[in-house]
Amino acid sequence: MSNYIKLIVLGLVVLFAMLATNYARDMAYLVHAIIIMIVSAGLFLHTLRQTDEPQVVAGAVANEYFDSVVRAGVIATAFWGVVGFLAGVFIAFQLAFPGLNFEWAEGYANFGRLRPLHTSAVIFAFGGNALIATSFYVVQRTCAARLWGGNTAWFVFWGYQLFIVLAATGYLLGGTQSKEYAEPEWYVDIWLTVVWLAYLAVFLGTLIKRKEPHIYVANWFYLAFIITVAMLHVVNNLSIPVSIWGSKSVQVFSGVQDAMVQWWYGHNAVGFFLTAGFLGMMYYFIPKQAERPVFSYKLSIIHFWALIFLYIWAGPHHLHYTALPDWATTLGMVFSIVLWMPSWGGMINGLMTLSGAWDKLRTDPVIRMMVISLGFYGMSTFEGPMMSIRAVNALSHYTDWTIGHVHSGALGWNGMITFGALYYLVPVLWKRERLYSLSLVSWHFWLATIGIVLYAASMWVTGIMEGLMWREVDANGFLVNSFADTVAAKTPMNIVRGLGGLLFLSGAVVMCYNLWMTVRRAPAKEASLTVAVPAE
Amino acid sequence: MEIYTLLREFADSWMLLFLFVVFVTVILWAFRPGSTKVYQDVANIPFRHVDAPAPQSGVDTPAASKEART
Repeated sequence: MSNYIKLIVLGLVVLFAMLATNYARDMAYLVHAIIIMIVSAGLFLHTLRQTDEPQVVAGAVANEYFDSVVRAGVIATAFWGVVGFLAGVFIAFQLAFPGLNFEWAEGYANFGRLRPLHTSAVIFAFGGNALIATSFYVVQRTCAARLWGGNTAWFVFWGYQLFIVLAATGYLLGGTQSKEYAEPEWYVDIWLTVVWLAYLAVFLGTLIKRKEPHIYVANWFYLAFIITVAMLHVVNNLSIPVSIWGSKSVQVFSGVQDAMVQWWYGHNAVGFFLTAGFLGMMYYFIPKQAERPVFSYKLSIIHFWALIFLYIWAGPHHLHYTALPDWATTLGMVFSIVLWMPSWGGMINGLMTLSGAWDKLRTDPVIRMMVISLGFYGMSTFEGPMMSIRAVNALSHYTDWTIGHVHSGALGWNGMITFGALYYLVPVLWKRERLYSLSLVSWHFWLATIGIVLYAASMWVTGIMEGLMWREVDANGFLVNSFADTVAAKTPMNIVRGLGGLLFLSGAVVMCYNLWMTVRRAPAKEASLTVAVPAE
Repeated sequence: MEIYTLLREFADSWMLLFLFVVFVTVILWAFRPGSTKVYQDVANIPFRHVDAPAPQSGVDTPAASKEART
């Protein structure tokens, strides 16, 4: 019966997409209509072939974990990671060598179009897939229950991939509402809302049917991430489409209210997507890899509540010296500085989990990766509050210092903890005894670390130089440098930054090779662990 | 009183006090007597049920359900 409903819905979607293809008012909308038409027509045929066929009874799987969707998520994470890093390396060299903004690709593959593609690819495609995959893994293990909702988890996974494809093609074709980290247009936003609510349902459903009486702290962080991102996404994307047949929409908020809502969203995308979610990862995978429980569970509870209470207020520090009232930017600045405490509390909690097992740092490159991710977390959560101070911000804002800060956080903290989690997950999910090669993990570790150091150091130099050049005035009060002077002075640092990115990218490629060979070549695990199922 | 001033007044006083009290209560709650023992147990959750979920409540044996709780 449910198949008939599916067929009707999919048929209507195909019909609507055909109409949209015909009436499309712009290129991005046209391409999206074609993509949706093809996907839903394919799903229609797939559903049709299964309708009125004998069903395979899926009762026996209830006492197994739902890991196939996690495996798919691991593959997607590695794939989008390489794509996103590649885009980043390319645009870094576009900045160093403007000739790479090819004439023939103007309007599609120039820096302005590729930059949001890069940010969204690494944050939402790489980071988002990592968060969805690890949260599905962690919530099952720590609740001792299979994922709730059957194939809803697959809907979340594929729905999210469709969102990524729509967002990425939209950026290249100019379908953007020009909000940082929230560029996709109205229909893509609506689709993401649907997928995200399904994600929330799967996660909450699993929590509700848990067999462990206590909800482990990692799940608190994951849940905060899912709920807050839903709230932020909906409020920041309140817009009215100009036409149902076009991608253009008009924001409901305007002026300084719009700016405030945007950075309330933007900073909490950092706070809840890139911090809370990844802290959930940290609170599970570091204890697992170190084979000892977290240093202080009490501290983890305080860490959680302090982070949740403070982060949501920090957004206005993005709007110093704007039309936003001073009291609001001061509020944002104060909360940003107070945030330093819970951030470092969490870092210390993660690092001290290793106390008594520090020797593992020498023998286990995976734990080394996780530890350096905490090091970068501590560093960027010190740098961030400092940059939010109005006087520092006067120098750093709009310069490459900000970009360096973002990357030490994103590459160092999010990237490294995700790599650590992938190295932990692949042998477990594919039932291998161990990774293919630990020395390749070491290679990855050093390539990535040196890459980040080159990146962050060159961006500090160029950012501070840029800020000082912009504010330099001569004895008569005239500006000394033109904007083009700063661009010319930045060339060497831009090249170093590109090379740092190249190192980081090659590390990720080494990882993909290592994980691939782990699945293909590493010895399979003894069957004893895998057949724990038919005990009763 | 216009609605902005009203909300501002409320946010600056009662709501601020409420959120602060909730926050302090959470921290005190984490240090309640007996919490150390509870948290020692729950900190070990990642090391249980690594390979398979806890058995269904309808069919589980006493031994299995005991394992799920410890």
